[in-house]
Amino acid sequence: MGISLAFYWVPDAPIEGFRQRIFYIHVPIALTAYACFFWAAWKALRLLWTRDERYDLESYTAVHMGVIFGILTLVTGSIWARTSWGVWWTWSERQLVLFLVLFLFYSAYFMLRFSVEPGPRRARMSAVYALFGVVLIPVSFLAIRLAEGLIHPVVFDRDVGENLAGSQLLTFVICLAGTLALAGSLYLNELTGKRLDARLAELREALS
Amino acid sequence: MIAARGLGRSFGAKAVLRDLDLDVAERDLLLVTGPNGSGKSTLLALCAGLLAPTRGELEVSVERGRIGYLAHEPLLYRELTALENLDLYGRLYRVPERRERIGMFLERYGLWEERRERVGTFSRGMQQRLALCRTLLHEPDLLLLDEPYAGLDEEGAELLDGELRALTGTRTLLLATHDPGRVAPLASGRLALA
Amino acid sequence: MRYLADVGTLAAKDLRLELRSRDTVPAMLLFVVATLVVFNFALPAGASAEAAYGLLWAALVFTAILGLTRAFAAEREQRVLEGLVLAPSDRSAIWLGKAIAVVAFLALAEVVALPAFALFFEPVSWELVAAVALATIGFAAVGTLLAAMAAASRARELLLPLLFLPLVIPIVVGGVGASIADDPGRYLGFLALYDLIFAILSWASFEYVVTE
Repeated sequence: MGISLAFYWVPDAPIEGFRQRIFYIHVPIALTAYACFFWAAWKALRLLWTRDERYDLESYTAVHMGVIFGILTLVTGSIWARTSWGVWWTWSERQLVLFLVLFLFYSAYFMLRFSVEPGPRRARMSAVYALFGVVLIPVSFLAIRLAEGLIHPVVFDRDVGENLAGSQLLTFVICLAGTLALAGSLYLNELTGKRLDARLAELREALS
Repeated sequence: MIAARGLGRSFGAKAVLRDLDLDVAERDLLLVTGPNGSGKSTLLALCAGLLAPTRGELEVSVERGRIGYLAHEPLLYRELTALENLDLYGRLYRVPERRERIGMFLERYGLWEERRERVGTFSRGMQQRLALCRTLLHEPDLLLLDEPYAGLDEEGAELLDGELRALTGTRTLLLATHDPGRVAPLASGRLALA
Repeated sequence: MRYLADVGTLAAKDLRLELRSRDTVPAMLLFVVATLVVFNFALPAGASAEAAYGLLWAALVFTAILGLTRAFAAEREQRVLEGLVLAPSDRSAIWLGKAIAVVAFLALAEVVALPAFALFFEPVSWELVAAVALATIGFAAVGTLLAAMAAASRARELLLPLLFLPLVIPIVVGGVGASIADDPGRYLGFLALYDLIFAILSWASFEYVVTE
C-alpha cells in the first residue's frame, strides 16, 4: 500500500498549472470508480451463476469502493470546475453529471441492502441491482449527451480532449496505476475485514 | 426423495436450523414436531424450494410442479373468489380437466356453495380448507403441510383425516405440527426439532 | 406457448384484482391531475413552454411510482408471491404479466393526464404521445422488477422511489427531448433502445429477485 501511495504522490510536480494537475487526479479516480463498478458487476454475475455467497461480500465491497471513488470524483470534479470556470457545479460536464446519477443509484444499493434481512435473497437482489448499475452507465451517458441540447445550454470551453504528449502521458498512466492500486488495496483491506467479522459472528453463534 | 446433510438455515445472525441430517424416502410420512420457533416451518419452506440453505446440503428430487405446499398463510388472493383462486393455480400448475377437478375439490371440502364468494369474506377455517384444495389440486407427489389442522373445525379436521389416510402410502408427506397425536398412527417416521 | 398462456393468466389476474378493489387506478388518475394543478401554481408567470413539458414528465414519473408501490401489494399481504413462485411456470412470466398490468394502469392515467395537460398548459404532439407510450413500457419494465425487490424489504414504500428514480433518469431525458427538441426522432429512438435493453434485463433477472 505504501508503494501505491508513493506512486500517487510522485506526479504531483508536473509542469502545467494547478488546473491540469487536478486532471491527473480527477480522471484516474473516475476511471477507478468505473473499474470498481464493473468489478462489482462481475462478482455479482459470478454470484448468480454459482450461488457461492462468497461473491456477495466481494461485490458489495467493490460497490463500496466505487461509491467512495465516485464521491471523490465528484469532489475533484467540482474543484476542477471551480478552477477552470469559476463555478462549483456545471451540468454541461458530462462525467460529473454521470457520476451524480451513479452516486444516486449506488447509494440506493446500500439502502436496499440495509432494508433486507441478510441471506441468500439479499445477496441475489444486490447482485441483480449491481448488474443494472453497470448497464445504466452507458445508457445514462448516452442520455446525458442527448440532454445537453435541452438543459442548461451554457457550454463551457472544454480543453480536456487534448492529446497527451509523452511525459504527460506517463504521468497520467502512473497516476492511474496508483489510483487503481489504492482502490485495490482498500478493497482487499475491507474485504478481509468483513470476512473476519463474518467468521467471528459464525464462531460466536456456533458456541452459543 | 429428500436428503439433507448438515442442513442449516440462519436468518441474519439467528440460526433456526442447525446441522440437520435427514432422509425421506418415497411414500414416507414424516411427522415434524417441535415447539414454536424450532424451525418446522423453515424446514418445510426449504424442502419446497422457497428458501435456500445457508449451510449444508439439501436435495429434493421432485420437480417444482409436483410439490404441494401448505403454509401458515393460505397463499390466496383475498379479492378473488374461491373459484378464481383455484382456477389461477389450476392453470399455472397445468392441472388436467381443471374445471371438473376444482368442482370436485370444492364439493369435497364443503365450499361449493361459497365458490363465488371472495376469499376475504371466508372464515379462517374455510380459508384453510380452500388452501388445502389449492395444495392438493394438482395431485402432487410430495406434500409439505405446515400445521394443516390449524383453524379447522371438527368437520374440517375429519375431512383432513380422511384425506391424509388416503394419501399415506401413495404420496410422500412431510407434516409439521405441534399436536402430533392425531397424525401419529399414520407416520412412518418422526423428526423432533428442538 | 405455455409461457404466453401463463403470462395471460397472470396479467388477467392482476387486471381482475384491480377491477375488484379499484384502489390503484383511481388514485393514480387523481394524483396526476392534482400534480398538474400544483405545477400550474409552481410555474412562475413567464415560464416557457419547455418548462411545462418538463413538469409533465415529472408528473408522469411520480404517478408511475404511485402505481408501482401498489404493484405487489396483494402478493405481499398474503405472501401469495410464494404460491406463484412455487408453480412450475417460469418466474419471468410473473414479471411479464405484472408489467403488462402496470402498463395498462399507467396508460389509463395517461389517457387522462395528456388531455388535461393539453388543456392546462401546452399542446400535445404525436411525438409526445409516442414518447409517453415508450416511456410507459420503460417505467413498467424496470418498475415491476424494483417493486418486487422493495416488496421483499422492510422499507417498502420508501425504498421503491429511491431505486426507481436514478434508473429512469434516461427515460425522462428521452421523454422531455421528444417533447421539445427539433428532431424528436432521436429521442424516441433512444427511448426504444432503453426499453429494449432494460426490458430484456428485467425479464431475465426477475427470477433471481424472487427466489433464493
